[in-house]
Amino acid sequence: MSSNGTNGHMTSNDTEKGTEKVKRGLAQMLKGGVIMDVVTPDQAKIAEDAGACAVMALERVPADIRVQGGVARMSDPDMIEGIINAVTIPVMAKARIGHFVEAQILQALGVDYIDESEVLTPADEEHHINKHKFTVPFVCGCRNLGEALRRIAEGAAMMRTKGEAGTGDVVEAVRHARAVHSEIRKLTAMDEDELFTYAKNIQAPYTLVKETAELGRLPVVNFAAGGVATPADAALMMQLGVDGVFVGSGIFKSGDPAKRAKAIVEAVTHYNDPAILAQVSRGLGEAMVGINITPDNIVLGKRGW
Amino acid sequence: MPKIGILALQGAFIEHQKMLDTVGAETTQVRLPDDLQDLDGLVIPGGESTTIGKLATQYGLIAPLREFARSKPTWGTCAGLIFLAKDIGIEAQPILGLMDIQVNRNAFGRQVDSFEIPLIIKGIAEDAPFPAVFIRAPMVTHAQPTVTVLATLPKGGIVAVQQQHLLGTAFHPELTDDLRFHEYFYDMVKSNLA
Repeated sequence: MSSNGTNGHMTSNDTEKGTEKVKRGLAQMLKGGVIMDVVTPDQAKIAEDAGACAVMALERVPADIRVQGGVARMSDPDMIEGIINAVTIPVMAKARIGHFVEAQILQALGVDYIDESEVLTPADEEHHINKHKFTVPFVCGCRNLGEALRRIAEGAAMMRTKGEAGTGDVVEAVRHARAVHSEIRKLTAMDEDELFTYAKNIQAPYTLVKETAELGRLPVVNFAAGGVATPADAALMMQLGVDGVFVGSGIFKSGDPAKRAKAIVEAVTHYNDPAILAQVSRGLGEAMVGINITPDNIVLGKRGW
Repeated sequence: MPKIGILALQGAFIEHQKMLDTVGAETTQVRLPDDLQDLDGLVIPGGESTTIGKLATQYGLIAPLREFARSKPTWGTCAGLIFLAKDIGIEAQPILGLMDIQVNRNAFGRQVDSFEIPLIIKGIAEDAPFPAVFIRAPMVTHAQPTVTVLATLPKGGIVAVQQQHLLGTAFHPELTDDLRFHEYFYDMVKSNLA
């Protein structure tokens, strides 16, 4: 680590790697795009051909993790490497919450982003990974502003709503996106005295609360995730103000993955154009079989603290 | 007032729009061919070049964009630079093919190799260096004599070029708070109208 107060790594000719700007910057390049869960190199190719701006390499999609249960861990490095070699777009991979060694391994493999994810079984029930220690950037899930700002304080360079992965039910993603955005809107109307108290109440660092109030948005890119299954779901999340969309089980658990993937990509670009949304929503075949979310089956979203 | 469009299919288009608004330009987002009407300049932002290429093809934008950029100031950053190049080494990806340059996509490796470096830039940042941010960036591996090289890395490697009304950068001025590149491009647009 360099001594100048940043977390960058100095090399020759003033070149600085792993800086906050470079980490957050890749997420900025992904905006307006769709990041798709894939479990094989073939699926990664289908995602890339459909216009995905990145893929998430994992061993089982969340829908299967829900059904099969057991401990869900980081994927086999062979499988991740196979996906890295199959596509030119960025490749993300998941590490368990708090499992910094899985994150070290993923960084060594050359993944472009690590998702410290509640979809996998948490490895630490108190501490998230100290993400400042890594050159590779991290994305983390959130249900509200306090959780988002705690993750950013730990070094997350990108956020996503948690939603409820593997259900095909968008209701939790909507709840989380609305929570974050309405809290930010409240912040922008507060005076400084109120900001101090608000920061205390949501258990977030005051400096990040203040920055968010000034920006009128999160200081990092924020995608929707967890339950997006149709082009309309994706456009709904975009109109609610997120910067892009993760689709997990929704694509490769559907009847015609290539066609649905392409339709969701187009829906995210043209999210404000109902005529185009109607066009891309036609004839997509069967959507993934949904699991209706009730308070009893919210399992994954509750993980992380 | 000169009006500048920002291609808004995917990527960091809002960042460019904010910078151009700050330097005084009128701006709009471009997603469909009709959006190019009445524009005096265009920015093709960073993002995933394969994604932007597919969406541009799907919605009939390739030919109209090429026609636009033949005569009007157009600036490509990162993925946009790839879009403007004549030679990117692969056939499959749709490009505009207007600048006499050869570009290597992802020339620096994966995200862990992304970096920042202060750079001197001809005609834009000669006294104080420009904070150049490279993210999974491309590099110009060859430029014809028709092209002016504006910046190279200390170790070698062309990263900013201009060919008359076309401007290309491998890095991302829109991720900094340094307005000099956006002022320079806005001047290009204004002088093209004069």
